[in-house]
Amino acid sequence: MVLKPPPRLGGYPLKRTMQTYSIRSLARNARAFHENWSEAWRSPEPKPAYDVIIIGGGGHGLATAHYLAKNHRINNVVVLEKGWIGGGNTGRNTTVVRSNYLWDESAALYEKSLQLYEGLSQELNYNVMLSQRGLMLLCHSQHELHDAHRRAHAMRLNGIDSEFIDRENVLRMVPFLDGSPTARYPLCGGLLQRRGGIARHDAVAWGFARSADAFGVDIIQNCEVTGIRRDATGKVVGVDTTRGAIDAPKVAIVVAGHTSVLAAMAGIRLPIHSHPLQALVSEPIKPMLNVVVNSTQVHVYVSQSDKGELVMGAALDRFQSYGQRGSLPIIEDQMAAIVRLFPIVSRLKMLRQWAGIVDICPDASPIIGKTSVEGLYINGGWGTGGFKATPASGFCFAHTIAKDQPHPLTAPFNLDRFSGGRLIDETAAAAIAH
Amino acid sequence: MLLINCPWCGPRDEIEFNCGGEAHIARPADPAALSDAEWAEYLFMRKNLKGLHYERWHHSYGCRQWFNAARDTVTHEIHATYKMGETPPVVAGADGIVKGSSS
Repeated sequence: MVLKPPPRLGGYPLKRTMQTYSIRSLARNARAFHENWSEAWRSPEPKPAYDVIIIGGGGHGLATAHYLAKNHRINNVVVLEKGWIGGGNTGRNTTVVRSNYLWDESAALYEKSLQLYEGLSQELNYNVMLSQRGLMLLCHSQHELHDAHRRAHAMRLNGIDSEFIDRENVLRMVPFLDGSPTARYPLCGGLLQRRGGIARHDAVAWGFARSADAFGVDIIQNCEVTGIRRDATGKVVGVDTTRGAIDAPKVAIVVAGHTSVLAAMAGIRLPIHSHPLQALVSEPIKPMLNVVVNSTQVHVYVSQSDKGELVMGAALDRFQSYGQRGSLPIIEDQMAAIVRLFPIVSRLKMLRQWAGIVDICPDASPIIGKTSVEGLYINGGWGTGGFKATPASGFCFAHTIAKDQPHPLTAPFNLDRFSGGRLIDETAAAAIAH
Repeated sequence: MLLINCPWCGPRDEIEFNCGGEAHIARPADPAALSDAEWAEYLFMRKNLKGLHYERWHHSYGCRQWFNAARDTVTHEIHATYKMGETPPVVAGADGIVKGSSS
């Protein structure tokens, strides 16, 4: 089976059939006591064959499906999800969006993502609750100051907003930081991206799912892929799942913490380590923090949710794991850091703690593109910062699948860079200790 | 919290250790003779197994010796620790990749 090319250039876009959310539909449904809302997406039975199979129903997989249909008119697509959509790393991150990267390749990709985020609620007709409240990286030493200046300049050369904030103004913006002369972590300044902030992670998954579904994409939950089938020439012909075999000439792996496991099914080795990355939230308190604060030096980042909880993340767990739970020493380090940065929170109780499995590449940059196996595409290795990249990842990956060639923005992030020596070292801009 | 049995010091708390990743990767005998792809294979490509994983650990805040461990990457159970140079122990019932697990 061969993928049909789009009918003609400039052809009409695919129709999206869905109940539009608007003030009018809200009023209409309110009169009916909200009993007539339709399901946001269907739960169809899998068909025996599709044009494209997307393995992984997280934000990236669902975004890929959305852009395949919207930009490339390919909607004979199925998204296979082992659990429930958005239940993996999409629902486990700390919801930060930003594009404050050092190297040109990353800056272009993450900036594209931030720009897509800025129009995403309109594009999806779904409120992703993007809050561009600003993201502040703290500097605690002379060395970090120099690095922050370098990064600020690099970002501005790439046309991305970036400001260096001096110590006094950091304290004005984040008044509860310990800025005293005896502070455990001396405060020297901060690197601010005002367009950075947070978005509702579940809504991003649900919005993309609803839109993809409305374009005709099938989303199959509770369906685990157990094998990737190939013909005698090695070409991909489909997958085996817990709900039977499904055929397709193109299979895309978008599975966050399990990229190595899925790639091994097709005999591909990857330069990836899977580690737990954990986060936790406190009990809700009154508003105390209206920017996202990140201290790479002491391994903690924190924002305050709309409910008032402090949402905090920290360093990677030290050993490889697929266990989706974090280890205690990291929590202890994280709590020690947050109490020293914000002494006011020392009596705060923590409500929930969890972990997601993140795939780390040696250069802390993702792998997006074709593989040595014909018809098999990989989008993974997003490491500690995949959520912010969700729209651009789907946008570029859909292009790669539809045209069978890399999108210009993601071409540098191919698997060959490891043998070619063209690593994109973003270990510092990943902002999480590796 | 892991209790790790250092082959030199006995059982110690996990905070004394650092993990060094996959074990038993042999350095190529003649690196200069390798192609770029073969060198990348040695340098970067990893099994990253789900299930039993043979890996290196360093007792950083103890005896500072390197050693190997056979650990499950899903349950985190450490089946065995052994000194560098020793043959990796066979762990019964573990075949590398755990299929159909819930996590």
